[in-house]
Amino acid sequence: MKAKVSVTLKRGILDPQGQAVLHALGSLGYSGVQDVRMGKLLELELATSDRAGAEAEVKAMCERLLANTVIEDYRIELVD
Amino acid sequence: MADAPSRIGILVFPGSNCDRDCHHAVEQIMGARAEFIWHKNASLPQLDAVIIPGGFSYGDYLRTGAIARFSPVMAAVTRFAEAGGLVLGICNGFQILLEAGLLPGAMLRNRSLSFICRDVRVRVENTATPFTGRCKPGQVLTLPIAHADGNYYTDQSTLSKLNAQNRIVFRYCTPDGQVTPEANPNGSLDGIAGITNAAGNVLGLMPHPERSAEALLGNEDGRLILFSLLDSIKSGRFAPKPVMAS
Repeated sequence: MKAKVSVTLKRGILDPQGQAVLHALGSLGYSGVQDVRMGKLLELELATSDRAGAEAEVKAMCERLLANTVIEDYRIELVD
Repeated sequence: MADAPSRIGILVFPGSNCDRDCHHAVEQIMGARAEFIWHKNASLPQLDAVIIPGGFSYGDYLRTGAIARFSPVMAAVTRFAEAGGLVLGICNGFQILLEAGLLPGAMLRNRSLSFICRDVRVRVENTATPFTGRCKPGQVLTLPIAHADGNYYTDQSTLSKLNAQNRIVFRYCTPDGQVTPEANPNGSLDGIAGITNAAGNVLGLMPHPERSAEALLGNEDGRLILFSLLDSIKSGRFAPKPVMAS
């Protein structure tokens, strides 16, 4: 099983990289983009096929290491 | 008989690059004994203080300090800090202290997205810490910064607590000591350049006192921080309490 973990800055925290991309898109003429939030994508290959167990374990990984919950949110997607 | 020299441990992670500068500052400027401590060490020798130096521990992968904080030595540093021992985190050392939870908050990328390497001014906001005893209240220090992630962030309730408890020790300021958005190099919340823990024995700061402590290099303001630390060690008031081995 694979876990895809996306980590982004929390809403309300200025994302200077996202802002830079937003302005670059604007200068290319893509004026319809209202906001850009940039983050990280981590793909984890897991040895288990137990979805509930995997979800709990990846959540623990996010809380301990993969995200800094002072500034970041994370989303977990499990793919069989 | 002369007093035994103070012993200051300097942590070394893969990617630390200010460890030798700190060693030089401790031995040649402060006249204390410096001891490198490899990050795999699960315990500390007998020490009077610990410095976590600047650099790029683990290449700053994932987040600055995020991987270093799980090195075995950090559990020992946490016990040392909880026992009242003095811990000074400089630049990447500050970032590691944040990730380790020894100080509150987190670092964001600099507002400009640039790595900034230049002298800045900081105002001393609290002289009653073990690291600022030689400073005057409101004194403006010139110190160098060199970082890409020094944009300090915390939630409003923690910021209120830091202010109420006088734990913001340094703020970026103008040459005449005004804390303004223009004087803030990285977008740091409330101009924060350095904070302590609640007990006051752990300081993290982004500027580098060890790089600005010799007249030969054109700036000695960093000496005030280094010698304040040495005064605190010699006072004996910050000797770590013995703790049970865990």
